[in-house]
Amino acid sequence: MEKEQERKNIIESLEKELKVIKTKNDLANLKALYLGKNGIVTNLSLKMKDIPNEEKREYGKFLNEIKDEVSLKLETLLKEIERKELEEKLASEKIDITLPSKKIKKGSLHPMTRIQNEFEDIFVSMGYTVYDGPEIESDKNCFQKLNIPKGHPARDAQDTFYLKDEYENFLIRSQTSTAQVRAMEENKEKGPIRIVCPGKVYRRDEDATHSHQFMQIEGLVIDENVSMADLKGTLELFCKKILGEKTNVRFRPSYFPFTEPSVEVDVTCFKCGGKGCSLCKQTGWIEVLGAGMVHPNVLEMSGYDSKKYQGFAFGTGMDRFAMFKYGIPDIRTIYGNDIRFLNQFDRKDGE
Amino acid sequence: MLLSKKFVSDYIDLPKELSIKQIADDMTSVGNEYDSAGPLINCTNLIVGKVLECVNHKDSDHLHVCKVDIGSEVLNIVCGAPNVREGIKVIVALPGAVLPGGEIKKGVIRGVESNGMLCSIKELGLDNKFLEPKDIEGIHELPLDTKVGTDPIKALELDDEVIDFELTSNRGDLLSILGMAYELGAIYKKDVKDIDLTYKENKENIKDEFKIEIKTTDCPLFLAKKVKNVVIKESPKFIKNRLIASGIRPINNVVDISNYVMLETGQPLHYYDANRLGDTLIVRNANCNEKLVTLDGNERNLNENDIVIANKNEAVGLAGVMGGLSTEIENDTKDIIIESAIFDSIKIRKTSKKILRSEASNRFEKGLDPKRTYMAIERSCALLEKYADAEIVGGMLIHDTVDKDEKVIEVRYEKVNKVLGIEIPKDEIVSILKALGFKTLEKEDIVIVTVPTRRLDIKIEEDLIEEIGRIYGIDKIQGKLPELPLKLGKYNKVKREIKNKLASLGLNETLTYSLIPQSEVHKFTTDTFEEIMLADPMSEDRNTLRYSLLYSLKEVFEYNNARNNSDISIFEIGKSFYKENNEYKEKLNLAVLLSGNYYLDIKKTKVDFYILKGIVEELLDYLGFNGRYSFITGNVPSELHPGVSALINIQGNNIGIIGKLHPNVTKKDIFVFEIDLDKLLSLHPSKMTYKDISKYPSIVKDVAFVVNKNILNGDITTLIKKAGGRMLNQIEVFDVYTGENVKENEKSIAYTLTFKDDSKTLSDEEVMQVFNKIINDVTSKLNCTVRDK
Repeated sequence: MEKEQERKNIIESLEKELKVIKTKNDLANLKALYLGKNGIVTNLSLKMKDIPNEEKREYGKFLNEIKDEVSLKLETLLKEIERKELEEKLASEKIDITLPSKKIKKGSLHPMTRIQNEFEDIFVSMGYTVYDGPEIESDKNCFQKLNIPKGHPARDAQDTFYLKDEYENFLIRSQTSTAQVRAMEENKEKGPIRIVCPGKVYRRDEDATHSHQFMQIEGLVIDENVSMADLKGTLELFCKKILGEKTNVRFRPSYFPFTEPSVEVDVTCFKCGGKGCSLCKQTGWIEVLGAGMVHPNVLEMSGYDSKKYQGFAFGTGMDRFAMFKYGIPDIRTIYGNDIRFLNQFDRKDGE
Repeated sequence: MLLSKKFVSDYIDLPKELSIKQIADDMTSVGNEYDSAGPLINCTNLIVGKVLECVNHKDSDHLHVCKVDIGSEVLNIVCGAPNVREGIKVIVALPGAVLPGGEIKKGVIRGVESNGMLCSIKELGLDNKFLEPKDIEGIHELPLDTKVGTDPIKALELDDEVIDFELTSNRGDLLSILGMAYELGAIYKKDVKDIDLTYKENKENIKDEFKIEIKTTDCPLFLAKKVKNVVIKESPKFIKNRLIASGIRPINNVVDISNYVMLETGQPLHYYDANRLGDTLIVRNANCNEKLVTLDGNERNLNENDIVIANKNEAVGLAGVMGGLSTEIENDTKDIIIESAIFDSIKIRKTSKKILRSEASNRFEKGLDPKRTYMAIERSCALLEKYADAEIVGGMLIHDTVDKDEKVIEVRYEKVNKVLGIEIPKDEIVSILKALGFKTLEKEDIVIVTVPTRRLDIKIEEDLIEEIGRIYGIDKIQGKLPELPLKLGKYNKVKREIKNKLASLGLNETLTYSLIPQSEVHKFTTDTFEEIMLADPMSEDRNTLRYSLLYSLKEVFEYNNARNNSDISIFEIGKSFYKENNEYKEKLNLAVLLSGNYYLDIKKTKVDFYILKGIVEELLDYLGFNGRYSFITGNVPSELHPGVSALINIQGNNIGIIGKLHPNVTKKDIFVFEIDLDKLLSLHPSKMTYKDISKYPSIVKDVAFVVNKNILNGDITTLIKKAGGRMLNQIEVFDVYTGENVKENEKSIAYTLTFKDDSKTLSDEEVMQVFNKIINDVTSKLNCTVRDK
C-alpha cells in the first residue's frame, strides 16, 4: 500500500504542475524534474537496493508503470502544446487572398502566326509539306511561268514592287503562287506534289482592307487523277475546320491565268450564317479563295507532262481569314503591333 | 461594263419573267460577277401630271402654288422651279415617293399645303455628266402629248434596267452587247439575233481620194471608209438613253453612233473630220517627245512605244486611246473618215496606263475579234445613213494581216469528266457547246469544236472544259477528298518552338513591314553588305528591304510609347535581305526588344541587361546549346551602349548581338538582341539524353574574390572551371558587391561552388585540395584577394 500511496502522490503532484505549464520549455524542465538524472521518478529506483530480493521484481514493474504513466502525461501535454502553437502560427500567417497576384508578363503569338499555324496543321495532317519560298523572286517565277507573260492584263491586278534597276526582272513576290513554280522546278522526278506555301507578299496598295505587305497561302497538288471535285472536297474540309462545321463552300467560275478551269470560292458568311447581312452584302456568301486546275501551260513550262499529270491549286489571303475569324475591321491594326492588340491573343481560342 | 437590259434585248429575247437581279445572279454563276443590278432610274411613285393653274406664293418671291391634274385627282403642290407654268406636262413625285435625294412627304410650305413635288431630271438621280443646265435648274417639261396619269419614266424612255459587271480580264468579248447576248444565250438557251449591216453606197470609191499607210507592225488590221454630207444633230432618244444607261455621255448623232457601235460590237471606232484630215492616214510609232493634243484638250508627250495615227503633217490621234483635237467631229463637219482597227494590245495597255484609261483602250487591251472590226465599220455606215443622213462612199481601204481562221479543238468526253471530277453525259456536253454558239462535230470519244473568233480566250481543250463546267454549273460538282497515297506532311517545327518559347517567357510576337527607309538599313549591325532597294517604292519610308529587324521593333516601341504602353517585351522572326556577289540573299533573323517592366508585380522589376541575357540563355538552353555559348565583348554596332553590350557566341561563331540601345539612339532604356537564326540552327544542338541522378552527396563551398573592377565574372569563372576540373559540378554567383570594405576600383564577387562525384562520396580533404587550387589559381592569375580570409 505504501507503493500505491507513493505513486498516487507523484501523479497528483505531476498533474498539479502540468496544469500551469504553457510552453515546451517549461514542459522540458518538468520532464527533467521527474524523469531526469535526479528526477523524482528516477530517484525512486535508488530505493531498489533496500528492497528485499523477492520483492525486487515486483518493485521494478512498479517503477516502469509509474515511469510510463508520467511519460504519457508529459507526452500528451506536449502534443497539446504543439497543436496550440501550430494553430497560433497558422493564425498569424493568415494572408489577404484578395490582394493582386504577382503578375508574370503576358506573352502572345501574333494573330497571323496563329492563323498560319492553323492552316499548316490542317494541311500537314493531310500529308502536305509546308514549303517556304524566298520573298525576292524573279519575274519568271512570279509571272511568266505562271502563264502571265509580260504585258498580260492580269498583271494590272497586282501592282508589283520591282527591285531597283531590275524592272520586269526581279521583284518582291506579289503572290505565293510562285511556290507552285519552285516546287515543280525543284521536283527532279517530275512526280506528284502536295505542298502549301504560306508567307509574306507585297503589292503597291494601301487602305483599310489592303496593306502593301500581307500574308498569303498557296496550295498545290499534282498527281495523275486529281480533279475539281477533289479540290472542292479539300477546300470544304479546310473551310469547315477553320471557320466552323456549319460552313458551306460554293464554287463560282472565274479567271486566273495559271489555272483552267478557274473558280472563286465563297463560304457561308460567318457573321450571319448565310441569312444575309451587311458584311456579305445580303448574299449570305463571302469570297475567300481563288482556285482551279493547274493550267497545262504551267505544268509544261516547269517540265511536267500535262498529258500524264493534272493538279489543283488554291490561294488565299490569310489576313482576310484573321480579320474574319477575330473580327478585326482594319488590316492596318494587324501590322500596327499595339501591345494592347497583341495582348488579346494570349489565350487558347474557343473551339 | 454596264449592261442595259433594253440594249441587249435588241439581240436576244430574254425570258419575260426574269428580274434584273436574277439575270445578274445567273451571270455570276457562270463567272461574271456584278457590282450592282437595278433600274436605271431608282424612283417610286412618279406620275405624269398637267399644271392646271400656277400662281405666285403670297409669302415668297420665288415659290409657286400649282394645281396639278394627275388623272385621278387634282393636287395642290408648291413648286420653286422658275419654269413652272400653266399648261405644261410635268413629272410628279407623289407623297411616299422615294427619290435618290430622299422621301417625298405631304407638307405645309409657308402656310400652303403641298401634296408632292414636281421633278427635274437631276432629281431622278441621273449622274451630272448626263445633264444639261436645264435638267438641273428647272423641272422637266414632258412633251405636251404625254398622257396624264401614266409613268413618266416610260414616257422619257428611261425605263431601263442596268447591271454593272466586274468582268475578268480574259473576257474582252463581253465588253460588247453582242458578247453579252451570246453569254445570256448560253445560259437561257436562246439564239442571238442578226445585226443590221445594210446600207447603200454611192458610185464613188474611197481609193480614188484617200489612202492609208501602215508604217508599224503594231497595227495588224486597219480599215477605213468614208461617208459624206452628214447632218449633225441630236441623237434619237433610244441612242441617247442607251448611251446613258451604258455610262457614256451623248454628244451628237455622229459621235453617239461611234460609241453606240463600240458598245454593240466591242470594236472601238474613230471618226475623223475628213476635210481637216487631208488625203492620207498614216499609222506609225510616235517619235521621241512627239506632242499631241487629245480630244480632251490636254497636250500629251509621246515616245516610240506609243502608236499614233497621223496625216502628212502631224499626229492626229493616239491609237487605241483617244483621238486628236485637230480633226474631231464638230458641228460643221460634213465628211467623215471612219477608222476601225486593231492595235497591239500590250502597246495600248502601256500607253493607256501611262496616259489615260478610256472605253476604247480598255477594249483594245483585252484583244479584239477581227471579224467585228469589219462588222463595226459596216454597222457604222448603216447607222450613219439612217440617223445622220450620210452618203456612204463606195469601197473600203483595208490593211489586213490577221489570221481569221476559227480554231478547231478536240474535246475528249473522258477528259472533261476527269478534270471536273463529275459525270456529264455526252449529249449534255454537246448541247452546252452549241448553246455557247460553237459549232460541234460529234465523234465516238471526242467532239470537235469550232470556236468563233470572238472567243479569243479559248485556245486549248482545258479552256473548253471550263466553258462546259461553268455553263453546266461548276457548283454542281460534289466535293470529295482526293485519293492519294499516305504521306508524311512536314513543316518548320523549330521556328514554331522558338516562337512558343518566347511567348511563354512573356514576350509578344510582332509582325512588321520588311520595307524600311534606306537611311536605316545599315544600322544595328556591323556587317558590310549591299542593300536591296525598290525601283518604285510607295514612299521614302518604305524603299529598302531590311537587314536587321531591330529598326522595325524600335518603331513598334515608339508607336506604343506614344500611346502610353510602356511595358514592352516583343520579338519577331523575319527575313533579312541583302545582296552579295550580285546575288539576292535572304536569311532568317530573330530579334527581341525589352523596355519598361518585365515582372508586373506590385513591386515591378525594371528591365535590365541581365533579364534580357536570361531570355537569350533560356532560349539557347531550350534549343539544346546548353554550355556551348558565351557572351563576349567585341565589335558591336554603334547603336548599342559600348559598356552594356556583347556578342553572343557559340563555340567561336558569333551568332548575334545583345545590349542596351545607345543614348544617341534613344533616351529610353531599351534592351535588344538579334540572332541570325539560320546560323544558329546550322550549329547542331545536342541530343537530349537521360543522365543517372547521382546517389552521392555533393559538397558546397563559398568563396568571394575581391578583384579589379575591369575584371569580368567570365574571366573568373573560366579560371574556376579550369582549376575545378571534373569534380566541380556547378558555379553560381550569389553576390556582387562594391562599397564599404572594398576599394574604390575594386568589386567583390561571391561564388557558391558545388563539388560532386557521381561514383563516390567525396571526402572533405579531396574537396579542399581542389578548392584551394581554385583559390590559388584565381588569386595569382588575376592578382586579386579572397574576401574575409
